[in-house]
Amino acid sequence: MKKSRLALAVVAAGSLIASLAACSSGGSGTSQAEHATNCTNKLMVKSAPTVTVWAWYPNMANVVDNFNAAHKDVQICWRNAGQGVAEYDKFQTTVSANKGAPDVVMLESDHLTTFEIQKALVDIAPLGGNKIKSQFSAGAIKDVSSGNAIYAAPVDGGPMALIYRTDVFKKYGIKTPPTTWAEYAADAKKVHDAGGPAFGDLGSNVPAPLVALQIQKGAVPFVYDFAKDPKKITIKVNDQASKDVLDYWAKLSQAGQIGKQDQFTTDYVSGVVNGKYATYLSAAWAPGYLTGAGVGKGADKGKFAVAPLPQWDASNPVQVNWGGSAFAVTSQATDKKLAAEVALGMYADSKSLTEGWQKQIIFPLNKSVLSSSEFVNAKVDFFNGQTANKDIYIPAANAYQGTPYSPFETYYYAQLTAQIAAINSGKISGPAAADALQQNLVSYAKKQGFTVSD
Amino acid sequence: MTEVLSASRAVARPGARRRTPGQRKEVRRQALIGWLFITPFALVFLLFLVAPLAYAFYLSLFTKGLATGTEFAWFSNYLQAFTDPAFLGGVGFVLRFVLVLIPIQMLVSLAAALVLDAITNRFARFARLMIFLPYAVPAVIGALMWGFLYSPSFGPLQQLFDVFGAQAPFLLSPDNVFSGLVNVVTWQWAGYYMIIIYAALQGIDSSVYEAARIDGANAWQLAFRVKVPLVANSLVLILVFALIGTLQFFTEPAILRPIANGSISASFTPNIYAYTVAFSYAQFNYASAISFALGFIVFICVFVFLFATRKRGSIFA
Repeated sequence: MKKSRLALAVVAAGSLIASLAACSSGGSGTSQAEHATNCTNKLMVKSAPTVTVWAWYPNMANVVDNFNAAHKDVQICWRNAGQGVAEYDKFQTTVSANKGAPDVVMLESDHLTTFEIQKALVDIAPLGGNKIKSQFSAGAIKDVSSGNAIYAAPVDGGPMALIYRTDVFKKYGIKTPPTTWAEYAADAKKVHDAGGPAFGDLGSNVPAPLVALQIQKGAVPFVYDFAKDPKKITIKVNDQASKDVLDYWAKLSQAGQIGKQDQFTTDYVSGVVNGKYATYLSAAWAPGYLTGAGVGKGADKGKFAVAPLPQWDASNPVQVNWGGSAFAVTSQATDKKLAAEVALGMYADSKSLTEGWQKQIIFPLNKSVLSSSEFVNAKVDFFNGQTANKDIYIPAANAYQGTPYSPFETYYYAQLTAQIAAINSGKISGPAAADALQQNLVSYAKKQGFTVSD
Repeated sequence: MTEVLSASRAVARPGARRRTPGQRKEVRRQALIGWLFITPFALVFLLFLVAPLAYAFYLSLFTKGLATGTEFAWFSNYLQAFTDPAFLGGVGFVLRFVLVLIPIQMLVSLAAALVLDAITNRFARFARLMIFLPYAVPAVIGALMWGFLYSPSFGPLQQLFDVFGAQAPFLLSPDNVFSGLVNVVTWQWAGYYMIIIYAALQGIDSSVYEAARIDGANAWQLAFRVKVPLVANSLVLILVFALIGTLQFFTEPAILRPIANGSISASFTPNIYAYTVAFSYAQFNYASAISFALGFIVFICVFVFLFATRKRGSIFA
């Protein structure tokens, strides 16, 4: 009896130690990068080496299959690790842990610098990056480069425009969409006074388009050159243009003329479907994401149209971008050359690109598509047959000048999100929010060891 | 627990002196078996609690900047934490939350337990299950469901208001988020605390009630003069649980954050702040310091509370 009790205890303790040991040996056996075990897609050539990819394009499954079908020597193992910030948080953690990152990661161009400074990305210029330069405009290449180094293969851009509801505009007597911000504010007041829906929306979870609108008025939030001096930064998020734009939106928000709803949420999408917002200031890829969420399919079919982004000075128009993504090779990739081949080749075949722009998931940057008459003259279903590419998006993309980004974009956006929330709750004015943000960022950058000038 | 252990040891000791060598061997053998039985727990405890804690403390003594490398910094992270408005704001929020939430939670669970103890028909069993059910639902799933209930487009609250053509208040707006969360957490935990009190009530000898009734006590007097004092120990236990849990408030606000339109910020509670600092801003050193600073605050709060409610014979006496 007593012996068996002893035996039981020994077995219990022993088996636990064994299982713990099994745990750890499973962990240490893996290589640095993420293993190709949890692919969402099916591998077509089992014997070929795999490259792991994180990406969130809605048609990514087809893009991966297109690539794998065309390649015998390499296969993509793809996973969707979340859209935007959700993915960046995971990627950031793998960078900090120096373990578990995919070989290739999808990043918006505004977040490239943030990871460059952490040495998380590989310069793919010598790995085939230089060869694709001719396929893109100089601006598109500039957005993914730092000096001579190319840190990602560009896929799509995000030229911004004014998406609006024709039924709401008609009901409240707005004959032509606003071309200036003064007109936009006047129309917002008109609809509000007539008891109409919100004219637009200031979502705290989408700081990027607000920054784009500040840049449209001439704001230069950051001056930073990673290639030249990675420790020196100029921060000026409270210059007059930044303050003016924040003030403009704070006034609209605090007068109740626009919504305060976070975007991409179920409540927001249902509001878009039901005509709760007269306009949506967004990028060329937005309709693809909206239709994916169920917009434009039921009673709201054919109710959307698009117009150029309103301007501060109609005689001197400025075009800006929201988003637009690229594929970067991570420094944890086991075979960097192979990973670069995937980053450069994925979403670069005509089948994937065509599906992407036809579903309006991407605004392609590849010149071969931009110049094809099929793309230029396409009648866009979502906009009720409007030739949106030719009339709106291509001119906007051509006029885009590029954007200066900070090396701590995640932190910057999180702080701006907090300020937008404060503006929406009426606790702070636009200019005061800009000043608070400036103070916050300067002290953060100093703590991070940057030489800051403002 | 400690009292029981030390008591049994005190009983065992006097006998040990008179043991024969054979008996001594037997005692040693039993001690060995005891240790072996503790081994599984001790291993997991050391590996998954003590070791990570030690590592986090080690991390918290360094600073790492994007433009600088990692440097040993003694306690400067702690100094920064206790002067960081974001951290202090979060601490202020959870302290206010404790003051409002815990009394409500205790009241709801105590009332439910007393009522369920007083009635003994089939409905009581059903009601007990229903009150306990929210606790059986994982906190994440529960929070997601509350997200639906609070939704200004789909939620039942809005549908009710739609009948009168009105707009329901958004319970996660900056002004309402506090009470909105109090509501969620109260239902989430009241059932669990109710079961603890209820179990204590069931353990009371019914002769005590008989004696009280013979002395002429009515139902109210029975409840408040007899039952409540007899379950006071469980109430203290619940309070400690609730205090620790609420100061570490994380799950519900973290899940509801994406639909709260910015009223739940990145530094809403200290734990959310530590999470954001670590996993979004990549400052694991500072996040470790924030976590330890929070642990320090929790320790002080619990110590003060236990000291205030101490009894003779407890570890504080």
